[in-house]
Amino acid sequence: MQASHDAHAAHHDHAHDDHGHHGRAPGLMGWFTTTNHKDIGTMYLWFSFIMFLVGGAMSLVIRGELFAPGLQYVSPEFYNQMLTLHALIMVFGAIMPAFVGFANWMIPMMIGAPDMAFARMNNWSFWLLPPAGTLLVASLFVPGGAAGTGWTLYPPLAVQMGMGMDMAIFAVHILGMSSIMGSINIITTILNMRAPGMPLMRMPMFCWTWLVTAFLLIASMPILAGAVTMLLTDRHFGTSFFNAAGGGDPVLFQHIFWFFGHPEVYIIALPAFGVVSHVIPAFSRKHLFGYTSMVYAIAAIGLISFFVWAHHMYVTGIPLTGQLYFMYATLLIAVPTGVKVFNWVTTMWRGELTFETPMLFALGFLFLFTVGGLTGLVLAITAVDIQLQDTYYVVAHFHYVMVAGALFSAYAGAYYWLPKWTGFMYDEALGKLHFWTSIVFFNVAFFPQHFLGLAGMPRRIPDYATQFADFNVISSIGAFGFGFSQLIFLWVVLKNIKGGETAPAKPWDGATGLEWTLPSPAPYHTFEDAPVIKDEHLAAAH
Amino acid sequence: MTKDESKKFAGLKALLAVLLAGSLAVFAGVAQAEWKLNLQEPVTDLARRIYDLHTFLTIFITIIFVGVFSVLGYSLVMHTRKRGHKAADFHDNTTVEIIWTLIPTVILIAIAFPATIALVNQRDTSKPDLTIKATGYQWKWGYEYMSGDATGIKFMSVLSTPRAQIENKEPKGDHYLLEVDNRLVVPVNKKVRILTTAADVIHNWSVPAFAVKTDAVPGFVRDGWFKAEKEGIYRGQCSELCGKDHGFMPVVVEVVSEAKYAEWVVAKQTEMLAAADDPNKVFTLDELVKRGEKVYATNCAGCHQPTGKGLPPAFPALDGSALVKGSKEGHIAIVLNGKSGTAMAAFGAQLNDADIASVVAYERNAWSNKLNDVIQPAEVKALRTK
Repeated sequence: MQASHDAHAAHHDHAHDDHGHHGRAPGLMGWFTTTNHKDIGTMYLWFSFIMFLVGGAMSLVIRGELFAPGLQYVSPEFYNQMLTLHALIMVFGAIMPAFVGFANWMIPMMIGAPDMAFARMNNWSFWLLPPAGTLLVASLFVPGGAAGTGWTLYPPLAVQMGMGMDMAIFAVHILGMSSIMGSINIITTILNMRAPGMPLMRMPMFCWTWLVTAFLLIASMPILAGAVTMLLTDRHFGTSFFNAAGGGDPVLFQHIFWFFGHPEVYIIALPAFGVVSHVIPAFSRKHLFGYTSMVYAIAAIGLISFFVWAHHMYVTGIPLTGQLYFMYATLLIAVPTGVKVFNWVTTMWRGELTFETPMLFALGFLFLFTVGGLTGLVLAITAVDIQLQDTYYVVAHFHYVMVAGALFSAYAGAYYWLPKWTGFMYDEALGKLHFWTSIVFFNVAFFPQHFLGLAGMPRRIPDYATQFADFNVISSIGAFGFGFSQLIFLWVVLKNIKGGETAPAKPWDGATGLEWTLPSPAPYHTFEDAPVIKDEHLAAAH
Repeated sequence: MTKDESKKFAGLKALLAVLLAGSLAVFAGVAQAEWKLNLQEPVTDLARRIYDLHTFLTIFITIIFVGVFSVLGYSLVMHTRKRGHKAADFHDNTTVEIIWTLIPTVILIAIAFPATIALVNQRDTSKPDLTIKATGYQWKWGYEYMSGDATGIKFMSVLSTPRAQIENKEPKGDHYLLEVDNRLVVPVNKKVRILTTAADVIHNWSVPAFAVKTDAVPGFVRDGWFKAEKEGIYRGQCSELCGKDHGFMPVVVEVVSEAKYAEWVVAKQTEMLAAADDPNKVFTLDELVKRGEKVYATNCAGCHQPTGKGLPPAFPALDGSALVKGSKEGHIAIVLNGKSGTAMAAFGAQLNDADIASVVAYERNAWSNKLNDVIQPAEVKALRTK
């Protein structure tokens, strides 16, 4: 995305800018040393897309093996490693960095700030990621292979694993550090660097979602780090946190893990909500409906997300009162989530809709995320969850929420802001093809998994009873179709970097916000002097 | 949109049509097969309640989904630039916000009532007619009857699907991956309480037709219950990732009439008596190896492989292993006590002295380990007490 950037930036320098800035240092070293939020945002986005392809390839190994009953291509041990790395890479390597990439690129441009608050720390936050990603992938090649525990890393199984497990633990530590630093940066930037005249309650919704997300990250990542550290000492230093024989409790790990793990779901979902809250109004030519209640809903979701963790643990033997409490709390979280969906729908009501690729992905998000949210309601009911826990119903549910909720929203954002990043319009026909193949194949892949789960097919098994064969065939076909459809996006982006129709400063007539007052592509340095905020730049009309 | 663009879209539409037709063909092609769209048929009162609750919830969420997306659909069709619709200018309405916060809250409270009742019922394991302990091992279930006439009956229940079927060398049988050598047998219409625990990692004892799914946590005891109303064979699977062969440790329960159950109890007790070993019996090497081979196949071959080559480094080779070729005592001790921090389980509680003696003797004489060692049950017994 940055390739064409230098030329434009240079051009821009001559045209508008007399500060005499130079950009990034030349060559590869420039990327290592850059402290520019746009460079770092670009690197985050490319890193996440590469990890997305790696994690995607792993999911195709899984779906390939599940194409037919019997063991075909991989051993059960390797299968377990694939499902573990697929999840870890997708969650920590693909989806989270993607939204940090959006945050880096867009937050300073949205609030009229020249860069992120801590530019050097920003560089370090990013450059921690490649080593962590390498550790995860490289763990496949050490004796014993990668962790085969699922991304939840439950002991005592995790204690049995080889050194691949230690590499995963180390990777999680590094990723956690990166996230915490990124969060500190985002919070400081949003709270302190908004241009004069932009109150919190009128700043862009994407900034609000990230503000809440960053607090969730700061509160939850250290908990995960603690959990995996205890795991590490149980493995190597003779402690018994999770070993009953030494006075510990294996279920304790699950409580700690999910105290991180449930907020994590919203860490992924909230920035996705933010992106969609920009795209839907832009292509409806209307203001976001109920800005204030959206902000409250985000805050409520963020807060409640810390009090529902044990709904992942209904069958672990937590007491009845615990089950009841966690069921009620989980039902409660459906309320603000519902409010958000109603608000988006009302935003479109009586608008002037057009359906460019970003809007299509935002609609796809809304459609699929609602399916995932509603099956979440079914899973929240403890008695029913007993039948569905650890079956493919859960796999279907969280892919509707994660892939649809986060990935589709990331695509909506990428298509929406690509012209601002590269200075060219992307190929609309290819973008639409990408959307339609993605949404069709996604449903072919994951909808049948609801039926598999209801019929009782457990998750995380490399082979299954013959009555599950038919839906698995369909699911695998869908997964391969979905996987290869993502290469269309790579094609779109590469083509877009090379050139295309020149993008105007504001390619979308319904878009609002400061980022669209800048030329396309955005110059290397922007808003060195705070912009004068006018009413139309602000979110939440009054 | 320019003419050029609309040409591009024509191509796009054609491609989509092909894709759609293709996926429809796939659906049609497999449509003859048997499709299971819902939960398994319940055979307990609790499972039936949950079945009904799930049906209610599914209808309910479908209505919400259709409702919300009808409104959206109307917008997507009518409120478009294509139709020349001009955007209205409204962006806030506190009354509407309050309404669509309150209505879902009320609905959710309404749902919470039946959900609570079902859950309270599910957790009521009091006053069972029969109590059975299920212990999860990597990768099999051990059952022990704890009450009634059957008290003391205990056995292992291992997947009986032949390896050749799993490796696609033979056609798959009727109950592929859902069949075991020894089924758990229980009487019909009796409240059975299942205590679950595990010896190594967390497992999960699950039978969907009974609506039982309870984690088996090493070092702790959890419980669940069922009262099956229909005789028959009911199948479930381990439902918590427990390592390599997690997909290969089914739960099979046979529900029989009370009379048949009584017969089974007597037969099982007789079988156990017959199988009990005289602890002072002296075996020949041949007897040991023959018996040891069977014990090895059931308990050890999953990890250390029938060839003794193992799957290093997680599951080390026994063929040529320094430990196997070392002292008898060291070898017996590791089989008895396992090795903490690894998948090597302690078999002391699962196998009797003769079994351990014979499997150790087998390992010391199989493959290239021709040590010619004879190990008597008495030697194992001596090490147990240490």
